[in-house]
Amino acid sequence: MSRTTRLRLFLVAAAVLAAGLITAAGRLPGFGGLRHPYGERAVAAGLERRTANIVSSVNFDQRAFDTLGEESILFGSVLGAGMLLRLARDEHKRGAAAEPVLPTTRLFGATLLPVTVLTGGYLVAHGALSPGGGFQGGVALATALHLAYVAADYRVLKRIRPLAALDVADALAAGAFAALGLVGLAAGAGYLANTLPLGTFNQLASSGLVAVVNAAVGVEVASGVVVLLAHFLDQAVEVAPAGGAGE
Amino acid sequence: MSELPYLVAGWILLAGLYGLVTSRNLVQAVGCLAVAQSSTYVLLLAVGYRRDATAPVFSDLPTDAPVVDPVVQALTLTDVVVGATVTALLLALVIQLRKRHGTVDPEELTGLRG
Repeated sequence: MSRTTRLRLFLVAAAVLAAGLITAAGRLPGFGGLRHPYGERAVAAGLERRTANIVSSVNFDQRAFDTLGEESILFGSVLGAGMLLRLARDEHKRGAAAEPVLPTTRLFGATLLPVTVLTGGYLVAHGALSPGGGFQGGVALATALHLAYVAADYRVLKRIRPLAALDVADALAAGAFAALGLVGLAAGAGYLANTLPLGTFNQLASSGLVAVVNAAVGVEVASGVVVLLAHFLDQAVEVAPAGGAGE
Repeated sequence: MSELPYLVAGWILLAGLYGLVTSRNLVQAVGCLAVAQSSTYVLLLAVGYRRDATAPVFSDLPTDAPVVDPVVQALTLTDVVVGATVTALLLALVIQLRKRHGTVDPEELTGLRG
């Protein structure tokens, strides 16, 4: 198909889609309206289980089974990217070179890295209480580690990145989520039902299962993202084709 | 006009699709897909918005305070995570494609090769 035909075909389809969207937008509940039946029920259910952050309550308690699926997608994608980006037979690894770094940049990295790791850890730990949670905090933790690459070079990042341990942590945390669901079954309720002691509202030990699952997700996301980025960074920095510039 | 946020979501979707159709570079196409997907974030958050309400986090709020819909916010979080994983997998495929076929232009990917 030529480019112009394709564009014309798209414009016709886009016009139909746009007309449908405009019609649909007129029949959606008005923007900013006061009626949110699902939201109100979710808030009531979350507060009843002493979870201050209702979004976490929805994710890790009320829709926990869906989140198990979501987390498995993440795990599967880390595996898939690892498979696709593995070292091919006609490639080899060259050592990353040391890069010249300004001392001020190095100082910036050395100062901010622990602060960012702490922030990420805080976001995960307080996932049931304040905005944040396993997914957001996990990403913050993983990117924090990469400040070493930004502010120094790949060799420094490799030194502070325990890749083999993180590989295992990723799998263990993903499995832990699935295994935590059995707690509900053992207590005679459903799979992933929140049967743990609920604790005191707005304290670190509250919300029962939410806090535990949230922590497992935090570990999985943090290690998963580090492993994922490691595969991509290896491609950019270390992997060279046979007879390539790395020889 | 109370439909404007919904229409913005539709516009972002169409802009992303236009980019996908016309793109000459697969990395850019993956970016366009991410744009198209981000329209769902706007749509979901717009549906859940409630005037004069705040975030559904009660750590420093009275429990009867009006809050926006937490269900769609949780769905948006799921959406962001799935979007990121799809982007990662597609970019890994693009890297393989570049290695095996020497190009990232979808127009040049015509022949089948083992």
